[in-house]
Amino acid sequence: MSPANDHYAYYPGCSIRSTSKAYEQSTMKVVESLGMTFQEVEDWNCCGATEYFSINSLPAYSLVARNLSLAAEQGASDLVAPCSACFLNLHKTDKYMGKYKDLNEDVNQALAAGNLGYEPGSLQIRHLLDVIVEDIGFDTIAEKTEKPLWGLRVAPYYGCLIVRPDSKYNPEYPTHLDELLRVLGATVVDFPLKTHCCGGHMTQISDETAYELIRRLLHNADEYQADAIATICPMCQMNLDVFQPQVNRMFKTDFDIPILYFTQLMGLAFGISEKELGFGSEVVSANAALKKIADEAPEKAKKARRDKKALPMPESLP
Amino acid sequence: MQDNSRGSSFYKRVIEATPGGEALSLCLQCGTCGGSCPSGPDMDATPRRLFAMIAANMEDEVLGCNTPWYCVSCYYCTVRCPQEIPVTDLMYTLKRMAIARGRYHKDAHVTFSSNFVDLVEKNGRSFELGVMTRTMLASHPIASALKASGYGLSMMQKGRVSLTPEHIENMPQLTAILDEAKHIASQKE
Repeated sequence: MSPANDHYAYYPGCSIRSTSKAYEQSTMKVVESLGMTFQEVEDWNCCGATEYFSINSLPAYSLVARNLSLAAEQGASDLVAPCSACFLNLHKTDKYMGKYKDLNEDVNQALAAGNLGYEPGSLQIRHLLDVIVEDIGFDTIAEKTEKPLWGLRVAPYYGCLIVRPDSKYNPEYPTHLDELLRVLGATVVDFPLKTHCCGGHMTQISDETAYELIRRLLHNADEYQADAIATICPMCQMNLDVFQPQVNRMFKTDFDIPILYFTQLMGLAFGISEKELGFGSEVVSANAALKKIADEAPEKAKKARRDKKALPMPESLP
Repeated sequence: MQDNSRGSSFYKRVIEATPGGEALSLCLQCGTCGGSCPSGPDMDATPRRLFAMIAANMEDEVLGCNTPWYCVSCYYCTVRCPQEIPVTDLMYTLKRMAIARGRYHKDAHVTFSSNFVDLVEKNGRSFELGVMTRTMLASHPIASALKASGYGLSMMQKGRVSLTPEHIENMPQLTAILDEAKHIASQKE
């Protein structure tokens, strides 16, 4: 475990306190059982989502920077956000302040009006998934896994903002969530659209455009016979879950895929009760999927036997 | 010739209003942006075309396009652009310019965005129900209420709608910061 363990400042974000309570509930349970301490940023404010940046730029950066300043004041080394959109805004503001001198000066002048200030780079801005994978590690997670998610086919959905525009993970085909779910015992299905967009706030602009983006993702997960989609963001969860009935109506489809937070799946594998993890608040019920979790590990699919008459193929190394 | 036509032009203003916007001058017109865009097919002009229009100073045409409003902010274009043009950030710039000029596409969700911002400036936190109700009342109350009743109701039933807004404690501090930021921004215009 990281020596920085006591220094996680935690930025919940607005969604997790209203539309996505199950995410915070399950996050807190998992964090607790992993022995981590998250210290909530005192009196944090909204990150501005995409809306504030569409209206006014400098106030938007200043709005975000107030949170950075408050988190740094708490003596934290790392600032953790469970929401991808919040993560992006916090991360981007810190990075842009470091990169663009004028912006840094202007934002700090604005912060000074509230007796605050922020030195870019003084915090590591991180998404919850990154903290769990990097600082806790798969070995510890495997040890904690009491009830493996055997037999459950899960599509790992990353969405956009934790891998783009700027992260240490592959911006188009990351694998850390795949690996995490595998450690929990789940069968991770291929999910080629794993970093495609859920539509963000598009549902507020155009149903046709928004529902088509959601349909593609559901269709892709369905093609690979996923029992559930694992998500890491309140917005992605909401679009794929809450609008699933609308998508079905528009495209005459019958998708019935529960959209679960990765922390809910971790919690289940750790033996925490469904109720404590906020199950039941999803619009597309997870009940049928959860019943698929088996007591025994599924047999590994046998490799197709090679045709003896076929030309020799290179053997893979043992 | 190009330098003259681009003097203190629209093109130059777009660049100046965007951190890292200078890269726009390096656009190769390769079309990787539009090809990567999930909502590209529904845009009046793809980013590639829009950038050519910006370079040609077609201000009214550019600001009237639905393109920035159909940007879902997924940053695919930004990470794939071979010239490292901050495409997504440029879309935000165009939205702000279109709003400031009052010259935006009919599909623009300006009411939604400004209601969102108003509530954040009032409470320090966002408030979904407030944004939705205000936006609906401002546009087509009955049609949009009917549309929202489907998913809105299911969210209510699942306890996923807060009925009252959350507030931060130190609102005067946030207001002072935002006022100062607006002041600095207005001086630079």
